[in-house]
Amino acid sequence: MNEMIAVRHLTRRFGPVTAVDDVSFAVSRGEVLGFLGPNGAGKSTTMKMITGFLAPSEGTAVICGADIVDRPIAAKRHIGYLPEGAPAYPDMTPAGFLDFIARIRGFAGAEAARRVALAVERTQLAGVLHQPIETLSKGFKRRVGLAQALLHEPDVLILDEPTDGLDPNQKHEVRRLIATLAAEKAIVISTHLLEEVDAICTRALVIAAGHVLADGTPAALAARSRHHNAVRLALAQDGIDAATALMRLPGVLAVEPVEDVEGAALMIFPRDGRPIIAEVTDLVRTAGWSVTALRVERGRLDEVFRTITLVGRA
Amino acid sequence: MHSTFVIFRRELQSYFATPLAYVFIVIFLVTAGALTFFLGNFFERGQADLQPFFSFHPWLYLVLIPALAMRLWAEERKSGTIELFLTLPISMSAAVLGKFLASWAFAGIALLLTFPFWITVNFLGRPDNGVILASYIGSFLMAGAFLAIGAALSALTKNQVIAFVVTAAVCFLFTVSGSPIVLGFLNGWAPEGVLRTIASFSFLTHFNAIVRGVIDLRDGVFFLSVIGIFLFANAILVDLQKAD
Repeated sequence: MNEMIAVRHLTRRFGPVTAVDDVSFAVSRGEVLGFLGPNGAGKSTTMKMITGFLAPSEGTAVICGADIVDRPIAAKRHIGYLPEGAPAYPDMTPAGFLDFIARIRGFAGAEAARRVALAVERTQLAGVLHQPIETLSKGFKRRVGLAQALLHEPDVLILDEPTDGLDPNQKHEVRRLIATLAAEKAIVISTHLLEEVDAICTRALVIAAGHVLADGTPAALAARSRHHNAVRLALAQDGIDAATALMRLPGVLAVEPVEDVEGAALMIFPRDGRPIIAEVTDLVRTAGWSVTALRVERGRLDEVFRTITLVGRA
Repeated sequence: MHSTFVIFRRELQSYFATPLAYVFIVIFLVTAGALTFFLGNFFERGQADLQPFFSFHPWLYLVLIPALAMRLWAEERKSGTIELFLTLPISMSAAVLGKFLASWAFAGIALLLTFPFWITVNFLGRPDNGVILASYIGSFLMAGAFLAIGAALSALTKNQVIAFVVTAAVCFLFTVSGSPIVLGFLNGWAPEGVLRTIASFSFLTHFNAIVRGVIDLRDGVFFLSVIGIFLFANAILVDLQKAD
């Protein structure tokens, strides 16, 4: 069975508000699904329903063959869940807390100790094991939450904003950890950091106002950007009407001057997203311009994200 | 069964992780002693029994038990750990029962620590230890009923102070429902049957029967039924309120 998470027509209403509206998708082993969306899009609500915290108004989620509505305990055994904000009992120590999690998940004695030790090693918690959780920094609290989610080696990991509030080094650590786990599991992470989707996700799902608006690889999403295959060209000389010459190239749709942290340059947009770098370099050579910078753009996730979510809302 | 025990252990330990446990036990013992010896005229009565000690228990519990119960669910909801707790592979009944039993065991520990009263009365005279044992069991059952009410009400709010106040108020109504405070309000317009039913819910009536040495199984069954009903309500309230 490759399909580890099957979400079917999940819907959740809070009074008159429909927070999640008929969301369906599936995640297989080896996939890291990035759940993207603006705040209040329904990401957390969807995760709460998949993990069995919230009962869906309609639809269900099937985790490794077990329906979360009909067989919640069997389904929950397969899930490791990091809720938003990584809550943990503040007056417990990480050692006591992880021991509790190990026992409630059915491990005892040496096996429980081995599981806790492994989770502690993976999340590098050894230094703070005996301090009350309320005294720990945000980064350590997040790692305690991750250790708790990983402890029973679940087939399915649901992580709600796993790197929120971490410094760049800690973010890197957490992403590396997720990457090492990815092959064996089906992982869903929610985030509003687009760089994170690029860094670790094999697939991205854009959700806004409770609806799925896009579903594809990060590269496929980026290809929907008008910057996909665009060429950024900076010239050494001033006073050349390069734009007019570039516009005459058949593959070029538009040329716009840009001015940003990298300096002044021309952004050359292709027709239909086709590669135009060859045409542009040929022109540069024949015209004899001297070039200070030349780059092909992959496309911008943030732009796609904005376009999709704003259109979706309208 | 196993998960109930694991939850029970964590909850019981969490009482002792904060000063709450020690503050509670010390105040319980000191207040019980002061009430027994000063207000209860333990020595002046010249009788070898613990009636003055037990007769203050309902009033002592009214103030102290809501403090034990208020954190059970309100704290989990406030800190967000309820989302972690209820996505563990446990049943709702294990969650509710584990928490309740931990708070009940804690109340039991506090009650056991009153053993010096028992030693004192046995040193001074020849009390009926059967009645004393029955009174201890009755007191423990009554504490359980107060706790079950408090646990259910603590699931209604994220605010522990609100949980405390509402629990104290509801427990007060249950305690005095056989007295003129409640019955006087209903007298004259409510039918006799309703009056008698409400009066039969009085914790005070049931508890005093036990303490006087009238051992009637029905008094025990009454408290156990209250516990059962409120734990059932507790599970439903947690399910309804957890998402807010």
